[in-house]
Amino acid sequence: MSGTETQALLDATGVAKSFGAVRALTDASLHVAPGEVVALMGANGAGKSTFVKIITGALTPDAGRVLIRGKPAQVGSPAQARRSGLVPVYQEPSLIPDLDVSDNLRLGDTPVEPFRHWVEELGIKGLRLDHMISDLPLATLRILDLARAIAAEPDVLMLDEMTAALPTDLVDRVLKVVRGQADEGRGVIYISHRFTEIQALCDSATVLRDGRTVGDLKIEPGAEEKVVELMLGAKLDLGKAAARAKHVNEGAPRLSARNLAVAPKVTNVSFDLYPGEVLGVVALEGQGQDEVFDVLAGFRKATGGSLTVDGEAVSFNHPSQAIAKGLTLVPGDRAEALMRERSVRENIALPFSARIRDWGPLKGRHERDRVNHAIEKLQIDTRAQGEVQRLSGGNQQKVTIGRWLAHGVQTLLLFDPTRGIDVRTKRQIYPLVRELAEQGAAVLFYTSELEEVPLACDRAVVIFNGRVVDVIDAADADEQTLMRAAYGLTEEKAAS
Amino acid sequence: MSDARIHAEAAEERGLVRFGRFLRDNPVVPLIFFLILLIIAHFYVVMPLRTGRTGALSVFWVNNLIKFAIPLAMLAACQVLTMLTAGIDLSAGIVATISAFVCATLSPLIGVPGAVAVSMACGLAVGLVNGFGVGVVKVHPLIMTLGTGLIATGCLQVYQRFVISTGTLVPDFLIWLGTGRTAGLPNGLFLFVPFAVFVLWLMRFTGFGRLLFALGSNENAAKLSGVKSWQVFLALYALSGLIAALAGLLYLGMIRTPSLQLANPLMLPSVAAAVIGGTSIFGGRGSFAGAIVGALILRVIDTMLTLLQMPEGARIALFGLIILLVTALYVRITGTR
Repeated sequence: MSGTETQALLDATGVAKSFGAVRALTDASLHVAPGEVVALMGANGAGKSTFVKIITGALTPDAGRVLIRGKPAQVGSPAQARRSGLVPVYQEPSLIPDLDVSDNLRLGDTPVEPFRHWVEELGIKGLRLDHMISDLPLATLRILDLARAIAAEPDVLMLDEMTAALPTDLVDRVLKVVRGQADEGRGVIYISHRFTEIQALCDSATVLRDGRTVGDLKIEPGAEEKVVELMLGAKLDLGKAAARAKHVNEGAPRLSARNLAVAPKVTNVSFDLYPGEVLGVVALEGQGQDEVFDVLAGFRKATGGSLTVDGEAVSFNHPSQAIAKGLTLVPGDRAEALMRERSVRENIALPFSARIRDWGPLKGRHERDRVNHAIEKLQIDTRAQGEVQRLSGGNQQKVTIGRWLAHGVQTLLLFDPTRGIDVRTKRQIYPLVRELAEQGAAVLFYTSELEEVPLACDRAVVIFNGRVVDVIDAADADEQTLMRAAYGLTEEKAAS
Repeated sequence: MSDARIHAEAAEERGLVRFGRFLRDNPVVPLIFFLILLIIAHFYVVMPLRTGRTGALSVFWVNNLIKFAIPLAMLAACQVLTMLTAGIDLSAGIVATISAFVCATLSPLIGVPGAVAVSMACGLAVGLVNGFGVGVVKVHPLIMTLGTGLIATGCLQVYQRFVISTGTLVPDFLIWLGTGRTAGLPNGLFLFVPFAVFVLWLMRFTGFGRLLFALGSNENAAKLSGVKSWQVFLALYALSGLIAALAGLLYLGMIRTPSLQLANPLMLPSVAAAVIGGTSIFGGRGSFAGAIVGALILRVIDTMLTLLQMPEGARIALFGLIILLVTALYVRITGTR
């Protein structure tokens, strides 16, 4: 008995994992003692999600060990990890939408009475077990997932962004219940971007950077500064920002958003984007930036607020309307934007045929000139141009950008255009973005890699938890400032 | 660095992979080769087997082959065009039947031009309903065209009761087009050659054609580029309906006796012709030239099976088998579906 008291509930040491040539994890460790809530933290691309998948048994590590209660975890499948005592709750609800609550409980062998108890405890009153999952709101589903996990009485509870999409009163309940679980001697791994919650709930933090654990520290006042420092570390050299004259916004904005809301994630986003300006968007993953870009590009409707383009109020039902107003999107996922088995030229020329009046004979010369111009401008490697899927990731991304270059750029919405592409291509993209702005385009530039912000942007809006919490001068922002801003640590300043 | 990698990849592409890519890009070349092989087999294997002597390739034989391949190839155009968008038009055969039946029964009543106009309008109407269902309501094309096909079949039977006493008339120019010959070749080519050129041009050299490939390849990319897909689907299925109606008229002139099932047996072979011709049912890849050769191949096979006195059931089963074999072969060789 006394021997197991001090033993760590979860002990992951030296975990490594590669995907092909990409080393996602090199040396990741995490220890959770009984009664402890550990925050697992890391910037985008630090390897956090791979690590989580290994701990929960969804992936097998190349090296290292994962012990639960001192026994090698039967990693191999999530079901086995569950049996060995670790129960995860993911961001995406895991209940089957076409079944009712009790059928879902039966599928997971969840005892009903404890489940009911914890649902009540977590602040959902009057839940009926014959409710179809698909009829329940997202916040309720997350609570049900948590209640189900707790009812399974796990040794270690792993919560991934548990409080995203929850209203504040439920957040308080969740934090209280989770703390209570820890006090009963369970271990909790808490993954979150929100320092206020981490301050309130967690005992310690484990920080990942570039695939390795770079620090374990106690959560105490001021700890967030240390965490930010640890997360930053030394980064890839992306080149220096070219010396440039400070851009001064004058005249009317090209695009203004006022109190934009997209239920349930985006609550209040306002900004002005001027011609000639590159406006950065600084946000951690899932703070609502996806939704904002979708609204601007016409993929979804805002549920509140207003949008004006060149002083005219607009509301888009379809991307074609956004394009007609000059708003063109380069989406985060290249696969979304490209016709994989069609040629480079066809991919670039696609918008030329979009409207009914363009359905007739192709305008050969005119089109060819503009496409060639874009290919030259972006230095797209055209040796494998027959099929876009045969190009490298960087060249594919250039094709999606080239499409709008050929079409004509007024307002370019770049959503993480450098994700997963090689450094050389990245270095080509920043000057290109700058050049487009100098020629009068307005560019909205979201990037998941903070160090890119000073390289490409004039200003940056910071979106945290669905709201714009700060606007910063990007050209001289150091990474520390950006990281603090992204984690909502400058919120108080902005509010005051 | 990435340049070197592309070079290395290009160097690796040898043998089967390269052959597969060649096939995928130019499905017509091997298909023509296969067609010629079949024809040789027909004259030197099948004919001696049945008749005891080798046959000779006659103008008459070629004429017949082409003649019956034309309506099949036209219906295959419906399939190729819709399959480019990962769709299909299962109502095409019935639309052709309706068009033929309506034309034959209305001609004595309202005259030939009116009858032809009504026939084409029927095809257009079914096509528009299909396009609305697929493009706007987002019903799966398979279900949508199956449904409209059934509805249209029912309507045809009701219609038949009203016109049962009026008698039928097959317009002279359709008979000329369907059965006549010029310089040994069927007159149907006067309709088909311009039609084929139009379809090939549409697929290759127009914005509309490009959008068909785009929708089949990645509908989201098309949307991102400002394409309103419902417009394309509406126009596409309307066009498919018109083509099917036109094929029905030609077929009427060829068979000369309208019936309630006239062109229905061409329906599945039209899908087969498209698939054999290298069109992917998953969209984004297809060739009408290939479908034409596919139609010819199916006709040769049909002739062979007839000569071997295969029963109808065995012939249909063989069609199914051929579609499966060819598709399996494509997946195997090109590595794509």
